[in-house]
Amino acid sequence: MKKIYPDAAAALEGLLSDGITICAGGFGLCGIPERLIDAIRDSGVKDLTFVSNNAGIDNEGLGKLLRTRQIRKMISSYVGENKEFERQYLAGELEVEFCPQGTLAERCRAGGAGIPGFYTKTGVGTIVAEGKEHKDFDGETYILERGIRADLSIVKGWRADEAGNLQFRKTTRNFNLPMATAGRICVAEVEEIVPVGSLDPDCIHLPSIYVKRMILGAPYDKKIEFRTTRQREAA
Amino acid sequence: MPWDRNQMAARAAKELRDGYYVNLGIGIPTLVANNIPAGMEVTLQSENGMLGIGPFPYDDEVDPDLINAGKQTISELPSSSYFDSAASFAMIRGGHIDLTVLGAMEVSAAGDIANWMIPGKMVKGMGGAMDLVAGVKKIIVVMEHVSKNGDAKFIPECTLPLTGKNVVDMIVTDLCVFQRPDHQSPFRLIELAPGVTEEEVAAKTTARYEGLAAAVAG
Repeated sequence: MKKIYPDAAAALEGLLSDGITICAGGFGLCGIPERLIDAIRDSGVKDLTFVSNNAGIDNEGLGKLLRTRQIRKMISSYVGENKEFERQYLAGELEVEFCPQGTLAERCRAGGAGIPGFYTKTGVGTIVAEGKEHKDFDGETYILERGIRADLSIVKGWRADEAGNLQFRKTTRNFNLPMATAGRICVAEVEEIVPVGSLDPDCIHLPSIYVKRMILGAPYDKKIEFRTTRQREAA
Repeated sequence: MPWDRNQMAARAAKELRDGYYVNLGIGIPTLVANNIPAGMEVTLQSENGMLGIGPFPYDDEVDPDLINAGKQTISELPSSSYFDSAASFAMIRGGHIDLTVLGAMEVSAAGDIANWMIPGKMVKGMGGAMDLVAGVKKIIVVMEHVSKNGDAKFIPECTLPLTGKNVVDMIVTDLCVFQRPDHQSPFRLIELAPGVTEEEVAAKTTARYEGLAAAVAG
């Protein structure tokens, strides 16, 4: 079975329809599947639910799909730095389910692992806990959170072999790993594809079983939200 | 003279211990990193998937693939490690992080904290804050003593949606430090910034707390 597709549109062929739920990897603009996001935009599908930690910024990442009004609902933990998101949300045009970041990561990990729910202390006593089952374990109160399964996962990797084993670079692993497991099918875009045998099997972050289709997305022009630096001391 | 932002961070940094794994929030808490005592080994966690946050990079070493939870570019250390978000929050929720320093809009007398939304106005989301206050061993809040309007922020009951209930262990403001030994006890005033009086703190605080004398006597 050949997993490598010529481009993002080809890799998404037959997977997109109105109203589906999509898990997207990335944290801020770090490690986002930008080629696949562009292809979803160009496909014109709408009423999408996105499970993603963030919503991009105004015209980057999922911000592109907010601008075109293709997203009906977001399940996210943090959506600052996005004026269009804030406008649509306050105007009631966009549905948002705020989910604590750790709960979001675990919901996707659990969903991908066939675990329909789990108990956590996170959110107890807050609006996040409203309407959820509470249960005491060893004298502490926990709430029930549901695992997430999506129709599709889109992730961004650094290097893949032709079999679909993926490695991530530095802090780009973030949500890409749990999101990759939560979709019924996962499409990955990567910066480099190498022959089978080139990657050390001991150093694979995402095993090939999760990656059904992939594309070479390079070259990338990676965006930085906040460029912070220090000065070199004078020699 | 009340403490400035860096002095508040320095006061919070006095709670660090050798070998601690620490998560720092955005804003004043980030400045705690500049105040780690020399010779003390403290490992900073970034909830987007890194242990061992290094300093900001030199201009020619900026890497878009290496950011902190505030989405700022950072650098790595020889001891750093990377992992995914689920593993990162397993550390946080599993009680493996020793200390977190967070900002807050309100803290209640019972240790509730509100720092993630103002209904109808600010909709950014809670990020990892709810997980941090639920899972980290010790929670320190660093915040201005009063709001921009001059309203008390250490108050009887929070008015904003909570981030966590009965979770705060210590509050460092520009005026003073409150602490409690456990989550059943009331907060106690334990320290004043130079030149700040107990009366000034009392006038700018609406939460009940035990005074400095009790701390001395106790």
